[in-house]
Amino acid sequence: MGNALIARVALLLCCASWFAAGPALAEEAKAEAKPLKLTTTADHTKFKQLQKVFDSGPEVTKACLECHTEAAGQIHRTKHWKWEYLNPETKQTLGKKTVINNFCISIASNYASCTSCHVGYGWKDASFDFKSEENVDCLACHDTTGNYKKPPGFAGNPVTKDTEFPPGSGKIIKGIDLAKIAQKVGKTSRDTCGACHFNGGGGDGVKHGDMDTSLAAPTKDVDVHMDAEGLDFTCGTCHSASSHDVAGSRYTPTAKDDKGARIRGKADKGNPATCVACHDNAPHKKVARLNQHATKIACQTCHIPTYARGGVATKMTWDWSTAGKRDAEGKHIVKKDAKGRIIYESRKGDFTLAENVKPEYAWFNGQVNYTLVTDKIEKSDQRTPINRMGGSASDGKSMIWPMKVFRGSQPYDAVNKTLVTPHTAGNDDTGYWKNLDWDKAITVGMKDSGHPYSGKMEFLKTEMSWPITHMVAPKEKALGCVECHSKDGRLAGIQGIYIPVRDNNKLLDTIGWAIVFLTILGVVGHGAIRIVSSRKH
Amino acid sequence: MSERIYVFKRFERFWHWAQAGLIMFLMLTAFDIHGTYTIFGFEKAVAYHTVAAWSLIGLWVFAIFWHFTTGEWKQYIPTTEKVLAMVHYYSVGIFRNEPHPFKLTQLRKHNPLQRLAYLGIMLFVGPLIWVTGVLYLFYGDWARLGLGNLSLEWVANGHIAGAFMMLAFLIAHVYLITAGHTPTAHLKAMITGWEEVD
Repeated sequence: MGNALIARVALLLCCASWFAAGPALAEEAKAEAKPLKLTTTADHTKFKQLQKVFDSGPEVTKACLECHTEAAGQIHRTKHWKWEYLNPETKQTLGKKTVINNFCISIASNYASCTSCHVGYGWKDASFDFKSEENVDCLACHDTTGNYKKPPGFAGNPVTKDTEFPPGSGKIIKGIDLAKIAQKVGKTSRDTCGACHFNGGGGDGVKHGDMDTSLAAPTKDVDVHMDAEGLDFTCGTCHSASSHDVAGSRYTPTAKDDKGARIRGKADKGNPATCVACHDNAPHKKVARLNQHATKIACQTCHIPTYARGGVATKMTWDWSTAGKRDAEGKHIVKKDAKGRIIYESRKGDFTLAENVKPEYAWFNGQVNYTLVTDKIEKSDQRTPINRMGGSASDGKSMIWPMKVFRGSQPYDAVNKTLVTPHTAGNDDTGYWKNLDWDKAITVGMKDSGHPYSGKMEFLKTEMSWPITHMVAPKEKALGCVECHSKDGRLAGIQGIYIPVRDNNKLLDTIGWAIVFLTILGVVGHGAIRIVSSRKH
Repeated sequence: MSERIYVFKRFERFWHWAQAGLIMFLMLTAFDIHGTYTIFGFEKAVAYHTVAAWSLIGLWVFAIFWHFTTGEWKQYIPTTEKVLAMVHYYSVGIFRNEPHPFKLTQLRKHNPLQRLAYLGIMLFVGPLIWVTGVLYLFYGDWARLGLGNLSLEWVANGHIAGAFMMLAFLIAHVYLITAGHTPTAHLKAMITGWEEVD
């Protein structure tokens, strides 16, 4: 939790400094001054419904729904609300409610902490009412003040009165004024999306590698589209939403988009968040050869040379098997590296972090198969993929994609041969992060997720792939040819295609140079004899 | 007593030297692309190689036109006459200061071994390089052109094999410039057009 909190404070500071710098927002600081240009036709400060004291989130939502009568119903149909998704191709039931990862592992029994990123209020256990309209959280996405916070541990509720948390700790979480926030609602922003998506995995930049708080106000080098002083895209510019359903998916990504640019009037159910949706399939105007490359290589492969480029490190490995150590006094240990980044915590184990990371590359056709808690896993020398990325050179649907591959080891039921869902977060007797007792944590966690636990746990080496798609660099910084057209280049491990230079034929080279060498030997010898014999004559 | 024969006309000399320059530049960039050394680097080398290749294709269009309109193409018809004498000259006679067995005239300006070598280059090595090179350039259009079953690996290896053969030819050719009636006779002829013969 400390990790997440630090990240949130960092995010807040980061946003605050950006806001302070923006002239438009300096304007807003003068309480009475009217903004020069309203991007909406409604000034929410004028609405009677919002001119009151709100003690809780649902009270705000009730006020919102008085006018936006269908909004909650729209939210109810989305992944952001359900945390559940049925993959139509693999028939796997996915979503945060169900999947397991190799970061904080799973949300079962950890709801009160995890659901601080749910677009709802009060999801504290499996009994949460998904039909409740007033429990939809409008402010998480529509806050424009940067003051709206949902601290972990409160089941997605904001704190409206100063509260000691955890109880007895002496740490006070300051209450926030929901009325002020509600009166300033507006469009989603990098900050609202980022409050959760920049901090996936429990902290700034931890999970994705291509998303962290540096994208709140990025430079052009970090992201050419979101460049705060340039194009200034928000997340929603690409991930355009319709009826509150936001485009783009990690469960069914669009690996190959051959449908060309989207234009108005064109009937199209394609993903509007792809590069092609704006740039078309042949975006390279000067060098046609690059468009040929784009038939097999995802745009991201060349245009995102490295990820975690904004100065925020991302986690690369997480070894849960070393968790649980205590110091001489029996207290939890926290170790940091020279840069002050946590590399060991008793409650989590060992981490490695990295910035400016070169991605790994793989054929990817958009099909992702998850290893779920119900799947049997035979332990072997190979790492178990948490998500198996489909794709090959020959299936006609794959492109070469950059990936962050996150490797770790995590608890595993040695008898039932399954992954497990431990109870980690929670100020109680069984939460691992407090008590460092795997047996209790897994027993409680598995009971909550409704799966058997044999009582015998081991650690399983796993890996999880994250296609890299954000932090697009300016075109001058795109990969040069030699990055791949060389021996041991970036695509050294890609099978099924011939890459000039990488795949030079050794035998042909040997024969070729032998012929050239013999020719030189022949002419030098011939010339030498001519010179010698001409002297004789 | 020596006489002078006008063997290489102005266009022919221009063609030869332009071609020589382009081929040497193509060689230089080719092995840069191939990864043998780095002068321009892959990216620039590919760009230069492509421009030089199109230039050479353009030059060849003119040269082919010239050869057919002037009838000069007949210079490359292979002959067995005096082939053995030439082989004997290059392998034995040249060391004994024997006279060059081939008397060149305006109608027969290449010796029989030259004819064979140039014909081989023009009928085998040249087409190998051009066909594979052009295919390489239009790799992205193979599917559309119905060439989807072609293997890039074979095309690339064919192109590389052609390059090695051309390099070997170039080395031998440059050396054999010195094997005329006098060591500089051939070079002078290709510069001035006039060759001195015995």
